[in-house]
Amino acid sequence: MEASKVIHAIYTDDDVLMAAVKKVKAARYHIEEIYTPFPVHGLDKAMGLAPTRLAICAFLYGCVGLAVATLMMNFIMIEDWPQDIGGKPSFSYLENMPAFVPIMFELTIFFAAHLMVITFYLRSRMWPFKDAENPDPRTTDDHFLMEIPVSGDAKTLEDLIATTGAVEINLIDKSH
Amino acid sequence: MYTFSKRLKIFAAALIIIGSALTFIGFSNSLKSLDDVKAMLANESAHHGGGHQSVDNAHDAHKLETLHDNNAHAEVSHAVSHEDEHAEHVMHQIHNRPWSAVYVAAFFFMMISLGVLAFYAIQFAAQAGWSPLLFRVMEAITYYLLPGALIVVGIAYVGGDHIFIWMQEGMTTEGHENYDKLVAGKADWLNKFWFVGRALIFIAGWSLYRFFARKFSLAQDDAEKGDIKNYKKTFRISAAFLVFFIYTESMMSWDWIMSVDPHWFSTLFGWYVFASMFVSGITVIALITIYLKSKGLLPMVNDSHIHDLAKFMFGISVFWTYLWFSQFMLIWYSNIPEEVTYFITRIEDYNLPFFGMIVMNFLFPLLLLMNSDYKRLPWFVIMAGVVILGGHYIDIFNMIMPATVGDRWFIGYPEIGAILLFAGLFIFVVFHSLSKAPLIPKGNPLIKESEHFHY
Repeated sequence: MEASKVIHAIYTDDDVLMAAVKKVKAARYHIEEIYTPFPVHGLDKAMGLAPTRLAICAFLYGCVGLAVATLMMNFIMIEDWPQDIGGKPSFSYLENMPAFVPIMFELTIFFAAHLMVITFYLRSRMWPFKDAENPDPRTTDDHFLMEIPVSGDAKTLEDLIATTGAVEINLIDKSH
Repeated sequence: MYTFSKRLKIFAAALIIIGSALTFIGFSNSLKSLDDVKAMLANESAHHGGGHQSVDNAHDAHKLETLHDNNAHAEVSHAVSHEDEHAEHVMHQIHNRPWSAVYVAAFFFMMISLGVLAFYAIQFAAQAGWSPLLFRVMEAITYYLLPGALIVVGIAYVGGDHIFIWMQEGMTTEGHENYDKLVAGKADWLNKFWFVGRALIFIAGWSLYRFFARKFSLAQDDAEKGDIKNYKKTFRISAAFLVFFIYTESMMSWDWIMSVDPHWFSTLFGWYVFASMFVSGITVIALITIYLKSKGLLPMVNDSHIHDLAKFMFGISVFWTYLWFSQFMLIWYSNIPEEVTYFITRIEDYNLPFFGMIVMNFLFPLLLLMNSDYKRLPWFVIMAGVVILGGHYIDIFNMIMPATVGDRWFIGYPEIGAILLFAGLFIFVVFHSLSKAPLIPKGNPLIKESEHFHY
């Protein structure tokens, strides 16, 4: 770990936090992480985070779901056990396709939704029995915490943060 | 303030003139006598080879024919008189075509306006904060509703049995050669007098809402700061209008569209037509907004507004597909003769427009507008919008034409002429209305939120 020391600046309002993030970024400091009790709109852009690629995953998962549904229904209804339902003998997938559309639709959604959630958890490094990374339990209630690694002079950074309306500024040694 | 530029006026006028000319050609081409039709049919069957076979095929597909089957008329087994009857039948279809073409185009542009009116009312009822910047565009589009709807009803009234077979003479008179038991059973609802009466009630309700919403919107501009009396009034009448709208829109779609096939019915038809009008309306809002923005007239409209409109275009396109498919699948699966004939005619005689429309209204917007970055590119939204509008024109075309012209359809002079004619009229009315009021409703209490709207 190169940045052994970090500053935890705590805020009590999301608008103040947004303004602070812009100010800290303008002073060319890197913000490591921000912990908030609820999603703050526009925070990712203000922090300069790269746009999410989760949507691309969702599209691909949806395609997988569509393919699975098609192959599954083709095997079940056409190959394995063809039946004559309502005068529509099932010998061709294409001719019976309208009947399978609801299944194709549902499985597309099912795969996209579930795999997207799992991807999101893994990407966020969250899995069962994992200890919380959250440095301060108050950020799950009504406080916002901004974590900034200290690379040079801690004093100037602390002074800068003090002007942004932080209610608490803690210098933390993370090297242990 | 927007001024209706001379160039656009000339463009609209040119559309009207060219459109009228083409429509006129369409009408004069359709005036064929029975002998002309017989000669034409003989010519066609000579091309097809086995003449009699093709005549029989054509018969099976005709909706009108199923109507005829109900009376003793069809029992005439003489081959010669059967062919005569067929020729007469085809002649009627040829006569019906320009009427139907004008009706489809008139309905299509009226429907855009009605869809926008519903969208506008929803914005108020939901107290949406993102959209007030677009209200003047919506108000301008809805200005076309009154003339547009009256034109549709006018064409229906004058066209009569050229479009609506139930308006034919003797349909409900027992013993008459045109007598049809099913239509007679619906005569309490489907008669010309009550048809026009209902239409006038619908149009009056919609226009009243439009009139007062516009009035309050303009009054709100001049109101003192903090006085949102007019806004509240619009909120109340919008909620009431939406209730009125969803009933009347449904009945309107039975009357003005579904009754062209008086034997056939579908319970979700009203919703299906609503989805069509809603997505067309939102698309036109997006197109006109992008046009005005490109002229620098809506500087506060940012790409987040365009993004939201495109999201609606995407979402309602999928919604339309959902309803279209729900209607199709149930009828396809149950395969009941009197229901399924509707889709058999369309798949056999209208294969390309029927399946082409699904590509245009579903696949194309789905793939094109899925990516959120593309929804912010004006040229992309315009491209998708033009395809969506084309697709929904074809949707209406598929609803009307099979019942009136059978397999004698084509996108030719009367169809293109009528589209140009009503497009010209639409542009003329809408942009005239746009020039009547400031483009930003500055008195709207949510206008600040809309100006800062940012996704």
